[in-house]
Amino acid sequence: MNSEANQKPFAAVPDEHGRFGIYGGRFVAETLMSALDELEALYVRLRDDAEFQREFDEDLAHYVGRPSPLYHATRWSDQIGGARIYLKREDLNHTGAHKVNNTIGQALLAKHMGKKRVIAETGAGQHGVATATVAARLGLECQVFMGEEDVHRQALNVYRMKLLGAEVIPVKSGSRTLKDAMNEAMRDWVTNVDDTFYIIGTVAGPHPYPMLVRDFQCVIGREARAQCLEQTGRLPDALVACVGGGSNAIGLFHPFLDDTSVAMYGVEAGGHGLASGQHAAPLSAGTPGVLHGNRTYLMQDVNGQIMDTHSVSAGLDYPGVGPEHSWLKDIGRVNYVAANDDEALKAFHALTRIEGIMPALESSHALAYAQKLAADMSPEQNIVVNLSGRGDKDIHTVAQIDGIEL
Amino acid sequence: MSRIAGRFEELARAGRKALIPYIVAGDPDLASTVPLMHALVENGADIIELGVPFSDPMSEGPVIQQAHERALAGGTSLRDALEVVRTFREKDTTTPVLLMGYANPVEHMGYAAFADAAAAVGLDALLTVDIPPEEVEQVNAELHRVGMDNIFLVAPTTPEARIARIVAQASGFIYYVSLKGVTGAGHLDTVDVAEHVARIRAASALPVAVGFGIRDADSAASVASVADGVVVGSALIRAMADALDGGADHAAAGAVACALLADIRAGVDRAAS
Repeated sequence: MNSEANQKPFAAVPDEHGRFGIYGGRFVAETLMSALDELEALYVRLRDDAEFQREFDEDLAHYVGRPSPLYHATRWSDQIGGARIYLKREDLNHTGAHKVNNTIGQALLAKHMGKKRVIAETGAGQHGVATATVAARLGLECQVFMGEEDVHRQALNVYRMKLLGAEVIPVKSGSRTLKDAMNEAMRDWVTNVDDTFYIIGTVAGPHPYPMLVRDFQCVIGREARAQCLEQTGRLPDALVACVGGGSNAIGLFHPFLDDTSVAMYGVEAGGHGLASGQHAAPLSAGTPGVLHGNRTYLMQDVNGQIMDTHSVSAGLDYPGVGPEHSWLKDIGRVNYVAANDDEALKAFHALTRIEGIMPALESSHALAYAQKLAADMSPEQNIVVNLSGRGDKDIHTVAQIDGIEL
Repeated sequence: MSRIAGRFEELARAGRKALIPYIVAGDPDLASTVPLMHALVENGADIIELGVPFSDPMSEGPVIQQAHERALAGGTSLRDALEVVRTFREKDTTTPVLLMGYANPVEHMGYAAFADAAAAVGLDALLTVDIPPEEVEQVNAELHRVGMDNIFLVAPTTPEARIARIVAQASGFIYYVSLKGVTGAGHLDTVDVAEHVARIRAASALPVAVGFGIRDADSAASVASVADGVVVGSALIRAMADALDGGADHAAAGAVACALLADIRAGVDRAAS
């Protein structure tokens, strides 16, 4: 790796080309380049604009319901018998996940640009719902692209989007999951770039998306940092978050990156196990490449074709990852690990039964790893886990796996 | 002089416009690709644009997406596409061939390894849809090292300042994308195309070819009247796919595509005369 480029301070990335070390950048068709230039110029101006920030903060407070609580899961911690586990309750946000932090921000940008129509890709449906929600509130036309397979396994969220006035377009190409939904959203954007704002749901895609989605999600880490200091009198010893594209993880991690005493764990979807090849863990088992507008770790074959992924959670079922995570992996600041489907399912049941909190299957991957990590730590130590979403949307999947007919 | 520059000069001297068919290597299978390329040349192709199949062809409409899927189902890789060029060159050393594809297969092979392999098989140029001038430095260094052209896209949304930036990196010809959208979309506006081609010509002496949305002799004729070349892809691939669906074998389906190309050739020549 290019060590010189990789030694920049955390606040200095991305650079003016949108690069995090060798990762990131802007690998898209020419038709989109000027739209991305325009978006970048607008965002760079507005991020330092007090009025824009006030509007964003007010929406987060009064519409989303922030700050989200930092909850000490005492019973679960005691049963594990190791470190104290605190849950950052993003599941309590309006629409039930961290995704809305970002859609609120991007919808404000769309409003500033005078766009009448928004589009989004979605895997589990949480980002689609969060986009349909802000579109309803601002009176914008909304179309959400969703892989056909995900349309079936997330039927509840599909109906929620329809109720909110969005049109859900099932994507039948390729593997019919999140990556294909993103391809189709890009194709729509390239066709309707004049009047359409593309609300990307994660910290991937061409510059400036990885930067602006990160900035909107950093509210998670800023709050968690202050709440930790207030509740425990010190910084946490470790942070744990699941990583698909990686927006909830970067949102939690980023405000702590300069705190060298805080260890960080990004948990990828191990699917049926890394050795099986059926997983969605590019940082754990992939190689760098270019997809969806950025250079990043990918799951790809010997010919550079993107591989099909597998995860029990639709929201992690993606062969790439945000470029900043690729950089954080290479410089060793964040540890990237994987939790398998069955481990995530066990954690889903454990938290539900022990704490009365039903986590999303995505977040259950973080919980599964946190459980292992906590067991090896002392009761004097603290872990913050990002509970990025609630699990109502997943009950059909869980019931099916458990052999129960609803 | 590169084979591409030479071909455009010959055509200009003869008062003709370039016809550039696009097919996907390995569609419908690898064995039929080289014979199809020779047949396309016999039916009026001046330059061949050979698509490299990719799992995530983000700029393609449904027709070319399906061509990529057929080629991938047969396991066609970037290395296979280069082998196609090598075999094509055994019988044809004059028709320029460019590879059109996406960044990742080339990046995965490595830019230097790609350039060496491409030069060795007699490839003339590379067009990567998703490597804009901002990201092209390393690729261009390798392509130029082996004397290969890099073909860039200019879009209807490209401002004048960017046109200057793009043409500064380009060689061979400039590919103007005639519409906002994916390949095979159908709302070609010839007046708009003429305006944009004029803008590109003001910034560069390179020939300008136009693609996306050209489907028959008439649309080819109208584009040829304002540009130096015409790229046609989806229409040929759709003709071939429809013939296959109708029970034709690979050779017969290729013949249908070639008949359409011959028709388009006549349209292009009509415009130029």
